[in-house]
Amino acid sequence: MSIRGKAFIAGAYEHPRRLMPDRTLAEIHAEVALGALADAGLSMRDVDAYFCAGDAPGFGGLSMADYLGLNLRHLDSTETGGSSYLLHVGHAAAAIATGKAHVALITLAGNPRSGGTPPGGSGAIVGPEGIFENLWGAQIAAYYAMAARRHMHEFGTTSAQLAEIKVAASLHAQHNPHAMLPTPVTVDEVLASPLVADPLHRLDCCVITDGGGALVMVSPEIARTLARPGVAVLGHGEAVKHTDRGRLDLTYTAAAWSGPKAFEEAGVTPADIDYASIYDSFTITVLQCIEDLGFCAKGEGGRFVLDGGLVAPFGTLPFNTDGGGLCNNHPGNRGGMTKVIEAVRQVRGEAHPAVQVPNCELVLAHGTGGSLATRMGSATVILGRQDA
Amino acid sequence: MIERVATGLPTREPARTLETAPFWDAIAQGRFVLPHCEECGEHFWYPRRFCPYCSSTSIAWPDVSGRGTVYSFTIIRKGQGPYKDVGPYVLAIVELEEGPRLMTNVAATDPETVHVGQAVRVVLDPAGDTDAIFRFVPA
Repeated sequence: MSIRGKAFIAGAYEHPRRLMPDRTLAEIHAEVALGALADAGLSMRDVDAYFCAGDAPGFGGLSMADYLGLNLRHLDSTETGGSSYLLHVGHAAAAIATGKAHVALITLAGNPRSGGTPPGGSGAIVGPEGIFENLWGAQIAAYYAMAARRHMHEFGTTSAQLAEIKVAASLHAQHNPHAMLPTPVTVDEVLASPLVADPLHRLDCCVITDGGGALVMVSPEIARTLARPGVAVLGHGEAVKHTDRGRLDLTYTAAAWSGPKAFEEAGVTPADIDYASIYDSFTITVLQCIEDLGFCAKGEGGRFVLDGGLVAPFGTLPFNTDGGGLCNNHPGNRGGMTKVIEAVRQVRGEAHPAVQVPNCELVLAHGTGGSLATRMGSATVILGRQDA
Repeated sequence: MIERVATGLPTREPARTLETAPFWDAIAQGRFVLPHCEECGEHFWYPRRFCPYCSSTSIAWPDVSGRGTVYSFTIIRKGQGPYKDVGPYVLAIVELEEGPRLMTNVAATDPETVHVGQAVRVVLDPAGDTDAIFRFVPA
């Protein structure tokens, strides 16, 4: 059984603010929920399925259902860090396709910028692996840096190539009035920014922002009743990669598994994709996922991103046209939601005119949650224009 | 006995659980061991009381060489928590001769000299009166 064409994204909303010391987490969830429902032309009363991740306050989905006044028959609080919301899209599509739900709401909110989360880390690891990582002063940027270092060692990838990814994101962010970092940067400026964890520089890292976003997904029957066309969910794949009992390989991500599943379900290939939102916690995250998703061969990512390959609207693979997590927004240290939202804008033709991909009909959104050097949950979603 | 070397990096007495006590007790005795499945013959990392390859609960803790190579590494420029004021330090994944890759520090006089493929050996960094934690140094 496939979810292809059986669920539609009807509403999408990104909170315009990037600093919100005046809001509780719950209130940010509510604001983005109302925004996405208004975008869809629906109300809180229509929602029968709710999806949230570890950023939901209190008792998670239970507290949020209570607070928002939702009457639910489906609840999913899958938590895979920043990629959670891309798994939610797949899970919501499956719930809708099987008749378990008709209107699904997915929300994200976070306030690390006003909550004091330090750059490069979100707190101590407390899982069974914890002592074997935090004894050594491990931190999140370092995990990605070790993946970058190994990729450089095996494939000759360079810091200048990684910097091209930040440059492309910054060229897009200049058109986004809400972007945290709206000023274009050069490769030299990326390389001249301070090293955080070799070989990653400060400008190889995403921004830290307060913010949030939400999606509303509906069945084809409901999509047909709404004023604006829905964006069809055509394929979804998810995968978990971890330290593999002590045989970890840092040169690829779980996108190598989630991507092919999504492409197979959608019945398309990487060459068919008009636009891609690719999770960009760090530049290396993008580079490895471009390879793993099949946009180029393994090890060729560094060459692929040269010469404006990622720059919209005319690059080989226009990516993250909102400025991405690298320049626009990484609410709650979780970039998956905004990946889907910008992909929806592209299919609707509602991206900024300077970065709107012409005739954009088929798009991909990919999330990487957790870390490249330890354990990650990855999810790939393929969306497109299709009548409900 | 594995050499005891105070690297100057932060240490603390490792909190033991039923699963990790055999490992940390060996470290305290000056031995470097790895969990090993008596049924399927695999070394694995990190410590568990079951085999994450074959689910066997026959786990032994044999001494291993403590020699390996740097699989990857980074120099963290500004640490957090106990590492806040230590200056640049190396976080690494070391591939042991026996196969497993594990996270650790490579304590080198000059972090800039650490490189992928570098031969390293384990040392025991004293923690508290009787305990220690493991780190690696250039071989």
